[in-house]
Amino acid sequence: MSPAAAQVRSPAEIVDAAPRSSAALRAAADRAFLVACLAFTGLAVCILAVLLITVWRQGHERLGWDFLQNFTSRKPDAAGVKAPLWGSVWVCAICALTAIPVGVGTALYLEEFARKSRLTSFIKLNIANLAGVPSIVYGILGLTAFARMFGAVDADQPISIGNPEGPFFIQFPFGNGVLAGGLTLMLVVLPIVIVSSQEALRSVPRSLRGGALALGATQWQSTWNVTLPSALPMVMTGSILAISRAIGEAAPMLVLGVPLFIRSVPTNLTSDFTVLPFQIYYWANRPQAGFSELAAAAILVLLAVLLTFNAVAVVIRQRLQRNAG
Amino acid sequence: MTTPAQATASPQPPLATAPGAPAAGRPNGDLQVRTPTPAAKVPGPVAPDGIAISAQGFDAWYGDFHALKGISLEIPRRQVTAFIGPSGCGKSTCLRWINRMNDAIVGARAGGRLQLDGEDLLAPQRDVVELRRRVGMVFQKPNPFPKSIYDNVAFGPRLHRKFARHDLDELVESSLRAAALWDEVKDRLGASALGLSGGQQQRLCIARAVAVGPEVLLMDEPCSALDPRSTASIEQLIRELESQYTIVIVTHNMQQAARVSDRTAFFYEGSLVEAGDTDRIFTNPQSKQTEDYVSGRFG
Repeated sequence: MSPAAAQVRSPAEIVDAAPRSSAALRAAADRAFLVACLAFTGLAVCILAVLLITVWRQGHERLGWDFLQNFTSRKPDAAGVKAPLWGSVWVCAICALTAIPVGVGTALYLEEFARKSRLTSFIKLNIANLAGVPSIVYGILGLTAFARMFGAVDADQPISIGNPEGPFFIQFPFGNGVLAGGLTLMLVVLPIVIVSSQEALRSVPRSLRGGALALGATQWQSTWNVTLPSALPMVMTGSILAISRAIGEAAPMLVLGVPLFIRSVPTNLTSDFTVLPFQIYYWANRPQAGFSELAAAAILVLLAVLLTFNAVAVVIRQRLQRNAG
Repeated sequence: MTTPAQATASPQPPLATAPGAPAAGRPNGDLQVRTPTPAAKVPGPVAPDGIAISAQGFDAWYGDFHALKGISLEIPRRQVTAFIGPSGCGKSTCLRWINRMNDAIVGARAGGRLQLDGEDLLAPQRDVVELRRRVGMVFQKPNPFPKSIYDNVAFGPRLHRKFARHDLDELVESSLRAAALWDEVKDRLGASALGLSGGQQQRLCIARAVAVGPEVLLMDEPCSALDPRSTASIEQLIRELESQYTIVIVTHNMQQAARVSDRTAFFYEGSLVEAGDTDRIFTNPQSKQTEDYVSGRFG
């Protein structure tokens, strides 16, 4: 024991010598924090409520079967959202069917298979960055890559496969049909799907992988039978939330050159289309009162579609969790 | 892949003939079901009751850290061998090289000789998937899959072979019986394994390991996360499994090593200080370090 050590006071002596903090002050701070949190929550709820009430009051009279069944029109009373509603459904279906397999596959590779190296950390960092890129930039990429295919084929004389009237018609480049739109939205949501799937895979305990490998599972068997099922609820939740963001995207469609005035429903992958947010944008810009009502009604339809998607996400998550747990 | 018939046509369980198998004292007197046993092609260069695992001048590294230094050790077949020693002494590293679980760790390397039934375990072309079927492992913390009890036990067998439904049912029952868990779970095989208690989960993990028909069971501190009663049941189980499996157990609990093992190896700072019959190690250790450790003077 050094002489210096002998002079150090015991923990109890040091604690007793220090002045007490005010109990009343601590209780007050505690309450103030609670009030502040409640106030911020209330503010968020109020903003949402004001938005919903305003939109509802403006648009609910336009809602109805006719509104869903009619194409757009120059006369507000005859206009409906059939074309953009089906356009959104087509585009989002293509987006989901491409983004989920590609995104989950990428996340699986990066988290389960890739050796840790500078290259993989560089790729991971860049994917995380891409999630923050504005969607209009992806619109430009989609226009170049899918709609025009880098000018590799003359757009005026596209290479066509199949019967132009039939459901399996396809042409290269894709032009501004639903396929180009869906793939462009895939670009928008892909980084989000990858990052959320990575998070989901990371949340699966290492010990489960070890347990599978110790039974003689290959890396693939361990991943497919143990890791992925455990991560699936989170993967699906993340993916569906990402895709419901895609439903609300108008900017990439603007760049793709999606027509504003369409009176048809897509029949194949090259069909012209428009989407709900774009239709809302178009109607909201018209000066006549009737069109702003239509915009409000279309917003309600869009919200209903979003709500449906999120409800599906919740159901899928609960189903999978029940099966897993 | 073999046919289901071949897959389950295991040889007669060596229950009756295995030396040292306590005929009485088995809680499951009805253990008449075919018990999963290693595929019959064991013999090789070593006699069936000789040495299962042997290390000669075995070294292991994590990056630059020399974790195991020149280990020479023989682990006899169908006996329980305990690895003891203070934390960081290399006993778990040694255990995890026997089924090559260290392969997943970046920077882990090994040198020297490590053999199972006379076959080199460290050969680069070694099929670790087949190795891990023959060498099962039970981990420190019970790690059942978030699946049903049935699917947990059936998981391993399904990886390696195709089973007819009734064969798989029988294999699951027989593995759960071998792990002394059958009576507790037979009415809820479809229930989630996560609903079991810690001790039951650990026995489920043992059943899961047994179900693929291993020759060796590695146990890495299998009781350290369990309460004393569950610990007692696992220890009893280890004694019962001994008649059919070569068992290597890492433990921090000296009493456990004394109770459960036939042979004990004492590791210290990456070296094997002493190995021998458990009775001798605990009553008449040759090394001063061993004596200090087993008598609780350090570690």
